Amino acid sequence: MTAKEKSWKEIAPAGVCWKSSTEFLTGDWKTYMPVRDPEKCTRCLLCVIFCPDGAIHWKPEKEDIEFDFNFCKGCGICANECPTKAIEMKLG
Amino acid sequence: MKGNVKQEVLALNGDEAVAYAAKQSDVDIVAAYPITPQTIIVERFSEYVANGEVETEFVCTESEHSALTACLAASATGARAFTASASAGLALMHEMLFVTSGCRAPVVMAIANRALSAPLNIHGDHSDTMAQRDSGWIQIYVENAQEAYDSVIQAFRIAENPEVLLPAIVGLDGFTLSHTLENVGVLPDDAVKKFVGTRQFPLITNHKGKKVPFRLDPENPTTMGPIALPNYYFEFKRQQEEAMKNALSVIRQVHDEYAQLSGRRYGDGLLEPYHMDDAEFATVCLGSTAGTVKAVVDELRAEGVKAGLLRMRTFRPLPVEGIVEALKNVKAVAVMDRSMSFGSHGGPVFHEVRHALYDLGKRPYVVNYVYGLGGRDTSPTQIRGIYEDLQKIIKTKSVEKLVNYVGLRE
Repeated sequence: MTAKEKSWKEIAPAGVCWKSSTEFLTGDWKTYMPVRDPEKCTRCLLCVIFCPDGAIHWKPEKEDIEFDFNFCKGCGICANECPTKAIEMKLG
Repeated sequence: MKGNVKQEVLALNGDEAVAYAAKQSDVDIVAAYPITPQTIIVERFSEYVANGEVETEFVCTESEHSALTACLAASATGARAFTASASAGLALMHEMLFVTSGCRAPVVMAIANRALSAPLNIHGDHSDTMAQRDSGWIQIYVENAQEAYDSVIQAFRIAENPEVLLPAIVGLDGFTLSHTLENVGVLPDDAVKKFVGTRQFPLITNHKGKKVPFRLDPENPTTMGPIALPNYYFEFKRQQEEAMKNALSVIRQVHDEYAQLSGRRYGDGLLEPYHMDDAEFATVCLGSTAGTVKAVVDELRAEGVKAGLLRMRTFRPLPVEGIVEALKNVKAVAVMDRSMSFGSHGGPVFHEVRHALYDLGKRPYVVNYVYGLGGRDTSPTQIRGIYEDLQKIIKTKSVEKLVNYVGLRE
């Protein structure tokens, strides 16, 4: 808890959100983080589809994938699903 | 005291009086599941719907859990929601009672108070609502069918007040009130409609920083009751406590305003003292038994005994200041509980009244009488016995038994 968090008098009732869900950076929940080997990766994009948080994006300009660590919770599903075993979960 | 409007007198039992009040209160949705002794409430209401007497959406659900969930969801969109239940039905709602109060949805629910199984018993006691006392609902206990009618109408105004926004239970004793025919004075339809008015919504700041009414609205989307982790959950609970404190004055204010209209008063809306001004021996009780106690107080007064009764109409929020004020000069108090809190040395009303009096320099003796469980009759003779016990306590300056069971075979 930090000093800038609001008091009970400053917040709306019933847990009504005063921020959009995109502003809640949930990436700091993770213990493990995915580390990809670009050599092994075939850009099949299965990890993009399987990521439950939509935290892996296809970047057409780079013709490559990118992890969004603001929302990646380190669940390891991408590593598990990767057909070439290009993703390894490492203590982050 | 005379009211401002002409009233009709109808022969209604407690359940019918509740249904009639809901009919007049411009309710948008009734979602319910039948259970004795509440069934008549929703039966009558479904007749009003079938006859086209109301424009209410009537939802027959598959369980009480669903009934309250439907009411909560409708209430969150801004609708006025009403339901009724009892005993096991209320117990099945347990989870959703907390979600409803946590979402600050002002649902009004009538409970025809009934015992909980096992062993199975359909008769009146307060076990069902007392088991839900910490669920964040306002709780009003009525003495007769007339008060059941009056309290349901008041409950909408209290619950929906923007300073309160809490759901409210109106409890009427199963069978003793729910199924007993009484003369009930009813207000004209338009007077009730005007009194309850339409729901008012406080403005809140949404996730885009915009001030919007506190309700679910596709034009101004908000999220209610989502996750609140250890850094915020506590703050939301503190808000509910504040709402309960606000309810104390709102209940009094709504009661006063209604009294102008109807000519009927129940103390200050929170507590109804009966011969308490100079009372030396007093009982505290909730619900229909107060009627019997009043008759006994009259007899004792005629005999020169300074007996009094403090009827607690509102149990949540607990009117602590009023309890202290009413009981501070009494010599001995008997608190009557129509439910048990197993292993806790007395019933819930006893604990709270005794706790309220702790800070008094000179405290009265306070003893507990558990009575009427599973619909057992409590006679005037037994209540007289309670007052005799109180006099004995003062005479001997000692309490023989702190917790007593009225009419129980030892």
